Amino acid sequence: MTERAIPCSDAVSQLWDYLDKVLSPEDQALVEGHLAFCRRCCGELEFAKELRSFLASSVVDEVPPDVKERLERFVDEL
Amino acid sequence: MEQVVGEIVVDPEDERRAAFEVLAREQLPRLYGLARRLTNHGTEDLVQECLLKAYRSFDTLRFTEAGPAWIQQILVNGFRDRLRKEARSVQEVGVEEIDHISLYRTIAEEDPFPYSDTLHGDFLAAFGNEDVRAVLMRLPEIYRAPLVLRYMEGFATKEIARMMDTPLGTTLARLHRGRKLFEREMWAYAEEAGLLDAKEAP
Repeated sequence: MTERAIPCSDAVSQLWDYLDKVLSPEDQALVEGHLAFCRRCCGELEFAKELRSFLASSVVDEVPPDVKERLERFVDEL
Repeated sequence: MEQVVGEIVVDPEDERRAAFEVLAREQLPRLYGLARRLTNHGTEDLVQECLLKAYRSFDTLRFTEAGPAWIQQILVNGFRDRLRKEARSVQEVGVEEIDHISLYRTIAEEDPFPYSDTLHGDFLAAFGNEDVRAVLMRLPEIYRAPLVLRYMEGFATKEIARMMDTPLGTTLARLHRGRKLFEREMWAYAEEAGLLDAKEAP
């Protein structure tokens, strides 16, 4: 554990920033220290990871045929 | 100026145009998809404006391999300019109003699929791609855009700050609020759309 402990509410509110590695080194260490002993927050962490992968996998880059045709014609006419 | 290569005469303007067309056609699905994730109105216009600007400034693209990121940036710029032009005063959501939100906890407490051993995974699996988009569209654009750019398009937070022309601190705060609002709206949408009724007891 680190020198200072943080409550679950603080750890949870910083989980995504922790995963994004945008916290200061001190805050990163505090969250990590909290996760080392808090099982409930580890559940939150796992779900945050799942939700991130879920968002990334929801990306669909399809163009309906009629829109595609119009946009391709637009490119041709530029 | 024309260059003669063997017997073939190559017009640099034709070459430039051909290179642009290759990039534009290749990137159409990506641009249209990105535009649909960012906004629910004027999607096609946004892509057209992007193509027009990209065509006009194609000479500034020095390396072909940078083309996809370059043209996506043009689309995001267009989106950002449109937000400014519309100049809607969006009330920033107070962090104290949303900081208590935890979708993880809500799912555990509400237990929508009592027979499931993988409750949280089953909750996410109930969402189709169009459901995710519908949830995103429930968020104010200032929160939706950083969320989409970070977690769906994979841009780093510093890049997003630059693309949206907002200070890094503001970008991080909006990302935080966007995530909380997204969690809240996922649950609300799931209830409204009947996604939680989908699972029958075995």
